[in-house]
Amino acid sequence: MRPIRRGERAKRASSQERRASASRVSRLAASATRNLEHQTDEGAQELAPLSPEAKARELVFTGGPWPDVDDTMILNMGPQHPSTHGVLRIMMELDAETVLRAKPVIGYLHTGMEKTGEELTYVQGATNVTRMDYAAPLSNELVFSMAVERLLDVEVPPRATWIRMLMVEVNRMASHLLFQATNGMDLGAVSMMIYGWRERELALRFLEAVTGLRMNHNYIRPGGVAADLHDGWESDLLALCDQVERGVSEYAELLVDNPIWRERTVGIGVITTEQALALGATGPILRSTGFAWDLRKAQPYLAYDDVDFDVIYAQRGDTFDRFQIRLYEILESAKIVRQCVEKMPAGDFRVQDRKITPPPRARIDESMEALIHHFKLFTEGFRVPPGETYVAIESPRGEIGCYLVSDGTSKPVRMHIRGPSFSNLQSMDAMVPGCLFADAVAIVSSIDPIMGEVDR
Amino acid sequence: MADTPPREENHEPPEDEAPVSPSDEVAAAVLERFPGTVFHESHGQPVLLVDRASWHDVAAFLRDEQRFTQCVDVTAVDHLVDAARALPPGVAGERFEVVANFVSHPRNRRIRTISQVPEGDPSVASLVDLYPGVGFPEREVFDLFGIRFEGHPDLTRILMPDDWVGFPLRKDDAPARVPVTFKGDPTPR
Repeated sequence: MRPIRRGERAKRASSQERRASASRVSRLAASATRNLEHQTDEGAQELAPLSPEAKARELVFTGGPWPDVDDTMILNMGPQHPSTHGVLRIMMELDAETVLRAKPVIGYLHTGMEKTGEELTYVQGATNVTRMDYAAPLSNELVFSMAVERLLDVEVPPRATWIRMLMVEVNRMASHLLFQATNGMDLGAVSMMIYGWRERELALRFLEAVTGLRMNHNYIRPGGVAADLHDGWESDLLALCDQVERGVSEYAELLVDNPIWRERTVGIGVITTEQALALGATGPILRSTGFAWDLRKAQPYLAYDDVDFDVIYAQRGDTFDRFQIRLYEILESAKIVRQCVEKMPAGDFRVQDRKITPPPRARIDESMEALIHHFKLFTEGFRVPPGETYVAIESPRGEIGCYLVSDGTSKPVRMHIRGPSFSNLQSMDAMVPGCLFADAVAIVSSIDPIMGEVDR
Repeated sequence: MADTPPREENHEPPEDEAPVSPSDEVAAAVLERFPGTVFHESHGQPVLLVDRASWHDVAAFLRDEQRFTQCVDVTAVDHLVDAARALPPGVAGERFEVVANFVSHPRNRRIRTISQVPEGDPSVASLVDLYPGVGFPEREVFDLFGIRFEGHPDLTRILMPDDWVGFPLRKDDAPARVPVTFKGDPTPR
């Protein structure tokens, strides 16, 4: 009798598992279509004009004097509280266990990065901005680089564009997986934290293989990217997509129909489209209100025109919808990544303009001019013509923008980053009033603020 | 590099010094309504240089009649040391510029308004009553540039500590060391 070898059984089991996982993903996609409507039409969204009696004007603006009466209590949550995602402090006015209003108090992580940005050359600038939203550093680098390139009037080669898109989408997966982990932890689903972290680590491992660092990559730079993709990146990516999709189907199984999870999230922290727009909310918060606005579709940049993906949006505007949107956006990112593997063009990974791009490393060893050129570029940087511009892209948290003003030297006069978390925090004004204290934790978690970007 | 031929001057001279007729329909409507406004196209983006007095009115016009649904960002620039700054004709430069970026979701377009704010009276009308979402960004500009937004209900420092002296993003506020003292630490550092 032939002995059963280990490899065989393992192989059969794993192919079965793959089939099961593939069918789970397709079932998941079907349920996603059922639960959420996909939007594929381009750009403009029809919206009734804001009437004078619209909600926007009635929004209570937190602030001003806090009341002196005794029947309510002011409670500070944070700045060192595990569920405030860093150093966010929330002043809450409580009536028994009901939150009447909440005021975010920020600035505990302010390190003057915009001031630092004025001291650094355009070559060094990407290292600075990448530390703002540390869960999605590549989006920061991308928006900064795109602003510099627009002032320089430089066209990036197609391969660099596709590498950028690929990396930003892997980063979006990592960022949303981190959200799944922390959101689960905040609501008491602690095993979810481990699961989310497990898959995020895989995504970060790919980013590390390409850029050399898990976070704060300084990979996307003005003029292109720092290095080409490594050998075997296609198989790494496809394996990553498989694992992440399997992970997402597990999370969905664990949470989407879980009665406890639904009890904690459905109908909690509801925000309407009018309120979200008025309060400057973008990204998943705006999309959770039934307003399918995604800059990747509406005002395409990079090569988002050439890939097929859907904008996920939902109707209720509650904590559950925001969780669900981020969950299914992971699958959409995986879809884009798979298309990047298929369609990746050959060519340069950075623009061959010697004013912007340093000479190749090998040239430095043999050419004095190349050494001088390299030295000048990294000490003085390159000059950018005078002008000002605002570039906006869709980060995992919403619209991230870079307002850049140049005076013709190698350092910007002003480098301002419009952080989506910074504006999204204000939407707490509309979500919190009337909820229970424990729900406030769920709401803060569903806003997904990254304090490095809020405080900059 | 010495053997490269001198680069050809292909900079086109500005055609005329008269105000540019705006290609952007929103800008044209604003110019018709607010004659003091100057239109300027910056790298393909429409920019309106607005008189400080009509800052709030232009935003109200954009919101109510041009369907600009969101004001995504308010920020400022300090041009103290920026001597060679190019302004379109018809605009008198001041030290500060306040910049607001608007998005119209129904029309899928953006526009930027910029207002000159003098050093002697650094104040401009707040847009909070139109777009409550500029509450944080205006506080940030107040905190870091010292520009007051008249009508803002809660104009306090947001990023810096409440007792901070100075406005860090002004060009004459140089980055410097902040002495850090710890309680009970006998050696002053």
